[in-house]
Amino acid sequence: MARTPSSKLSRRRFLVDTARTASGVLLFGLGVGLYARRSESLPATAIRPPGAGPERDFLGACIRCGLCVRDCPYDTLRLARPEEPVATGTPFFEARKIPCEMCEDIPCVKACPTGALDKDLTNIDDARMGLAVLIDQENCLNFLGLRCDVCYRVCPLIDKAITLEARHNVRSGKHAIFIPVVHSEACTGCGKCEHACVLDQAAIKVLPDKLAKGELGRHYRVGWKEKQRAGKSLVTPDVEHQYNLPEGVEYDYEGEGLKMKQHDTPFADNPLDTLNRKGGKP
Amino acid sequence: MSALRPGQEATLRKGWWRAHKWLLLRRVSQFGILALFLLGPWAGLWIVKGNLASSLTLDVLPLTDPYVLLQSFLTGHAVAGTALAGAAIVTVFYLIVGGRVYCSWVCPVNLVTDLAAWLRRRLNIKGSARMSRQTRYWVLGLTFVLAFLTGTIAWEVVNPVSMLHRGLIFGMGFAWAIVLAVFLFDLFVLRHGWCGHVCPVGAFYSLLAMPSVVRVSAAAREKCDDCMDCFAVCPEQQVIRPALKGADQGIGPVILSPNCTNCGRCIDVCALDVFRFSTRFSNATTPHIRVAQNKEVSP
Ligand code: SF4
Ligand code: SF4
Ligand code: SF4
Ligand code: SF4
Repeated sequence: MARTPSSKLSRRRFLVDTARTASGVLLFGLGVGLYARRSESLPATAIRPPGAGPERDFLGACIRCGLCVRDCPYDTLRLARPEEPVATGTPFFEARKIPCEMCEDIPCVKACPTGALDKDLTNIDDARMGLAVLIDQENCLNFLGLRCDVCYRVCPLIDKAITLEARHNVRSGKHAIFIPVVHSEACTGCGKCEHACVLDQAAIKVLPDKLAKGELGRHYRVGWKEKQRAGKSLVTPDVEHQYNLPEGVEYDYEGEGLKMKQHDTPFADNPLDTLNRKGGKP
Repeated sequence: MSALRPGQEATLRKGWWRAHKWLLLRRVSQFGILALFLLGPWAGLWIVKGNLASSLTLDVLPLTDPYVLLQSFLTGHAVAGTALAGAAIVTVFYLIVGGRVYCSWVCPVNLVTDLAAWLRRRLNIKGSARMSRQTRYWVLGLTFVLAFLTGTIAWEVVNPVSMLHRGLIFGMGFAWAIVLAVFLFDLFVLRHGWCGHVCPVGAFYSLLAMPSVVRVSAAAREKCDDCMDCFAVCPEQQVIRPALKGADQGIGPVILSPNCTNCGRCIDVCALDVFRFSTRFSNATTPHIRVAQNKEVSP
């Protein structure tokens, strides 16, 4: 077709219009994208339902239908509102308000139409919503030497997820204190302990795993565990340690530490010493 | 254009009921669907659970929005559950009745934007920003790209459609502010701004059901007296012209554009009953065949 001035003009106009739309949409998209990125940072107090994967995956999988919310018999779950710091429309709960009751049949997972809550989770004890941490050791009543024990008593996995460890009470000198200790291999993060804590602010809190847990360096091996796994010492030969000490000195491991070697004679080098110890042994 | 308001002549000639028939049916549908969702939380009657993203009716029928599911798929999530069946059912349904039936008969935002359009006409607010109606398809593409790049369903953090519907059922919070923004945008900034230019949800349903069966037809277009009432009320007025005025160019009377929302308002406001619901297969141009087909498909 011949290029008339008018067709050139309209082509130009088409290109400019397209560029205008595209740049407007791009700008809009940048805003939405950045905002979406920011709403990925779940606040530590917001806990996802059982079976939810890592936050990024969950935000790709959950379509925000609220069917899990509807089937939760305890009204634990709710959908985030736009003004809340949790990604809009996604289900979560706050342990201090209403904890998860760890339903045996896990109705929330069953209700999820997308698999955002993993259908492979069939035993609620395998859920890992977070990890309870006794975060305030200054105000926890058990740490103060009292027998509160409430978090321990309410735990659905009592003596597995949380145990009481007896320690000497240094302050009174004659009592024990019973420290609640959470074990990550069993704790589901249900939040019943945080909910039940009698303090005004809970001393025990459920935190996301990545906040609650440390991690050993990859290269790190714990010697006694390796020894146990292998059934024998991995350092060969397993000989008793030899200390390289000056003449006449020996080292009592787990005892007095460095000390002079015993002499054969019952008398000290300096006779006065013998006298001072009332006729005695060196 | 007549001195009367759009639709007034139809009311005078056909009576109020016939001049508002499809509008009323549409409102019944919109409010009815909302009521079904609200019966649960408000009255404890759980006929429908969930929201428009995914719902479960009478504990057996899953319905899922294929748009949000497609975004979820693009994030890399392997969908496992009833959502796939739900999306298939919804897709088939709209392939029959027309994709943007979602917009005019289901979507709660339509109530808001319809109100803005009505007020705009009533208050005679003229002037409007310029924006291409193709923008929505760009936005649609953008939502897919964002899902792919961020690995999350990014559009859902701002989508006014789901925010309003979810808000009504699960607690509104500040979602009203977004809805208000859409309303004001339509009222003062851009005529039919949100639904006609921006919303990727509507754009998705347009594309999803391109070959849909049920369509509006200007079956009696030779009767048209150019009153322009249909143009005044139509939210996608650009779709009418080819069907209504295309007889000379050999274009059939059926509105085939996927942007038509099948709202049926043109049928209501036309005093001469030019329009009717029909199917895409009744698009013959010769009057002889058209008359024959009109007997088969009654509105
Ligand atoms: S396990 Fe039970 S209590 Fe916990 S979130 Fe699911 S439905 Fe609610
Ligand atoms: S049921 Fe699944 S998809 Fe629906 S809101 Fe809950 S987690 Fe998300
Ligand atoms: S969160 Fe608390 S109550 Fe729940 S399993 Fe862990 S320790 Fe027990
Ligand atoms: S265009 Fe969007 S907001 Fe408007 S009715 Fe359709 S889906 Fe709803």
